[in-house]
Amino acid sequence: MTWWHRLWRRKRMDERIDKELRFHIERHAADLIARGHPPEEATREARLALGGPEQVKEACRDARGTRWLEDFLQDFRYALRTLRQKPGFAAVTLVTLALGIGATTVMFTVINGVLLKPLAYPEPERLAALHRHTEKYGDQWGISYPNFLDCQRESRSLTPMAAWTYGGGTVSEPGEAEYVAGRQISSELFSVYGVALSRGRAFLPEEDRPGAAPVVVISYGLWQRRYSGSQSAIGGRLAFDGKSYTVVGIAPAGFRLDGDADVFTPLGQNTEVRMRNREAHFLHVVARLGPGVTPAEAQAELALIGRRLAEQYPKANAGSGFQTQPLRQELVGDVRPTLWLLLGAVSLVLSIACVNIASLLLARAVSRERELAMRVALGAGRSRLVRQCLTESAVLGICGGALGILLAAIGIRPFVVFWPGSLPRAEEIRLDWHVLLFALSASLFSGLLFGLAPALRASARELEQCLGAGSRTITGSSRRLHSGFVIAEIALAVVLLVAAGILGRTVLRLSSLDPGINIRNVLAAHVSLSPGVLENPAQIRAAWRDVLDRARRVPGVQSVALTDIIPMRVGENGLGYWTTPAPPPPNQMPIALASSATPDYLEVMGIPLHQGRFFNEHDRMGAEPVIVIDEVLAQHAFGGSEPVGKRLWVQALGPAKVVGVVGHVRHWGLASDDQAQVRDQIYYPFAQVPDHLMRLFSSFMSMAVRTSIQPLNVVEPLRRELRGSAGDQTLYEVRTMEQLAGASLASQRFLMTLFGIFAGLALLLACLGIYGVLAYVTSQRVPEIGLRMALGASARDVMWHVLRQSLGMIFVGVGGGLATAAAAARLLQRLVAGVHSTEPLTFGIMISILVAAALFASFLPARRASRVDPMSALRQE
Amino acid sequence: MQMTAKSDLPQGTLDLLILKIAALGPIHGYAIAQRFQQVSRDVVQVPQGSLYPALHRLENRGLLAADWKETETGREAKFYRLTRKGRAQLETEAASWQRLTDAVGLILGMSEGGAE
Repeated sequence: MTWWHRLWRRKRMDERIDKELRFHIERHAADLIARGHPPEEATREARLALGGPEQVKEACRDARGTRWLEDFLQDFRYALRTLRQKPGFAAVTLVTLALGIGATTVMFTVINGVLLKPLAYPEPERLAALHRHTEKYGDQWGISYPNFLDCQRESRSLTPMAAWTYGGGTVSEPGEAEYVAGRQISSELFSVYGVALSRGRAFLPEEDRPGAAPVVVISYGLWQRRYSGSQSAIGGRLAFDGKSYTVVGIAPAGFRLDGDADVFTPLGQNTEVRMRNREAHFLHVVARLGPGVTPAEAQAELALIGRRLAEQYPKANAGSGFQTQPLRQELVGDVRPTLWLLLGAVSLVLSIACVNIASLLLARAVSRERELAMRVALGAGRSRLVRQCLTESAVLGICGGALGILLAAIGIRPFVVFWPGSLPRAEEIRLDWHVLLFALSASLFSGLLFGLAPALRASARELEQCLGAGSRTITGSSRRLHSGFVIAEIALAVVLLVAAGILGRTVLRLSSLDPGINIRNVLAAHVSLSPGVLENPAQIRAAWRDVLDRARRVPGVQSVALTDIIPMRVGENGLGYWTTPAPPPPNQMPIALASSATPDYLEVMGIPLHQGRFFNEHDRMGAEPVIVIDEVLAQHAFGGSEPVGKRLWVQALGPAKVVGVVGHVRHWGLASDDQAQVRDQIYYPFAQVPDHLMRLFSSFMSMAVRTSIQPLNVVEPLRRELRGSAGDQTLYEVRTMEQLAGASLASQRFLMTLFGIFAGLALLLACLGIYGVLAYVTSQRVPEIGLRMALGASARDVMWHVLRQSLGMIFVGVGGGLATAAAAARLLQRLVAGVHSTEPLTFGIMISILVAAALFASFLPARRASRVDPMSALRQE
Repeated sequence: MQMTAKSDLPQGTLDLLILKIAALGPIHGYAIAQRFQQVSRDVVQVPQGSLYPALHRLENRGLLAADWKETETGREAKFYRLTRKGRAQLETEAASWQRLTDAVGLILGMSEGGAE
């Protein structure tokens, strides 16, 4: 018989054991009678000789080896039955637990998808990203094209190696004109990632050169959209930014390079000046570690190449080298600490939930003491009782966990959408078996955690005494345990409340900061010029003038300007500057954020002019080069002296005359600007951008519009008007400045909201815990209270007595939580821009809230205690 | 016989004794208990309560097999018999028990001071 067979026929087995033992007793009794014992004595003696029949049967069942499973099933059914008997208790516990497990599971799902899962490429651990490393500024991601070519040629350990940068432009054939995101990639890119194209082929090395025939790889999405997935797309034509390309390949579905892109063009065919400039560090470089090469070996080789290039090209490479890091680290970037922080916070909530349930279970265990004592008296072993208690809490844990997983499955998508900005690898976040395993272990672990105290209690107590005593008395050890639970809950709640308070104050403080511009009624959008004009600089300038004229005609538009950099939006241009004709060495050169702008820019953005003037129509090619600086740069470069009229040398721009000083703009966002490395700002006239840079600048120019009406209402008229004579000029990435300013605080707001929710939950649970424990303890002490009152204590005395008890727990809890909260505050300061960890006021406010709520929760039981009728209370005894 | 003269069974020997008795032919639980008392001349005290769990354990391990059969008095009883596996187990255990008792006997039989 197999074990499950035996289990299945358990009932029959039990009957057989019964029969076997009965036979034994009867034969023994018969023998005794035969030896002259009286019949009634004989049966009794036979029974005694065998021992308690139930114990023997239990031992036989034990010997069969299926005992644990039978017990488990029995306990399981028993647990379900007890839960059904107390639906209120079950509901509270399950909901508490489901919230805790659900929140924890959501966070773990995100962490699993973003941080833990390997990248979805073959041999993902061999993928590496390359960076430029400078002695002065640390890691900077960009690598210039000439440096990339040298690294690629000389490296033996990182092969293949590929570079890419952002592109994008207007696709006008086949189909309607549409702006699409694009990437310029070197020919090895797909082989670095180890992915095969879904149709066609990647670029050949000879196509990755200036002057080669224009070829393009398109995304799977664009192929479906524009060619309806037809085979004939390969070898077909694609008009992209006014140029005709031959489609040679379709990228694999879902292939992303820092976001979606539809058009991939050969990087080497780009003829912009920056491609030949060793100082233009703008390329992302990725590579695959060769077979048998360790990352350390690759790093050593790169360092060697870096040193050689620094010697050979000191102007561009002095004081800098190359570094490599795993590609996954690069993709995930700075969300890692935020994610772990949030997982930490939800674990605190889960711990509070567990402590709460533990104290509920303990209260129930105390009132079930008589039941447990009865079971011991009927022959249940101590370990058996512990097992039964643990099974009950495990059942609770599993049921709560199942509900929690359900919550997580529903909540994970909204959470990812709600995440400020875009979460890297968001497409890989889903519930999989890792997550299920995590949730299951978390539930079981919580179940055991909150089941342990009542279970151990069940075994430790001198249960026999309980049968005798009318178990109305509550022992000191149990009360201490209860207080311990409340103290732990309060301490945990303090941590979450203080963290939420600090984040809230940070958001309040930051949103009251002046961004340096007037963000109301301003619209910013990229403009993609008609591809037809892009070949000729004069035509480009004319097209931009036309864009400004057309925009001014739109009703509701007050003023319009062009700029390459919109404050608080991604996309910067840092240039070195100096104040004497001889430049300082490259690694000591101060850097300024440089943006080109048209004359109305100041008015559109509402930036105050402090001294001198901004640009006008006379600042054009051929006129004296002029620049305008902000107050921060004026202070850094000229100290107290008058900057207007002085000369300033700027990398790539040459010497220029300072004609004005304007207010500082918090370009890096309200939260981060104060700590930013580059805060100096320079403006130069868009009209003075030289001809050979016109095409490049046109690819990232934006339009800023000040409106007299709600800015989003002018978007459609503006879009229509700007289509232009050829009908192929497009607007994209349209945002109001209010949106951009809000987005710069989004991560702080997001964290504040989440911590606010967690802290609210923690507060609620802690109050429920206090209420539950006090209500229970006072109800157990009714006779004692009655006695006190009979001996002359007033209702106030009794109330004060109960409140003092809870105050004691509250203060110990707060004291314990404060140290942890201070540590948490320091952690927040390190992880979240703009947070100050030392805010005694915040600590004070949050703790007052907690104390007030906790006192309120203890007030109800205290009042009930004060209304005890002494006579009836004493009669209960 | 006085109660004090009886001694408890050494740990682990109960199984060995049951196997030996069952080796003589199919036998039910009560008869095993009787046989213990007779053969050991009431010297060894077998707690009856632990006899049945031991029988079930041995059955579970496949050393004993059991059938329900009629006794000479016409009652149905559970008869245990040794399996082939049980016989092998009995032989190895009996041998090792023999070695152990021989060794213990040798040590106890040493003359005082004879170890010098």
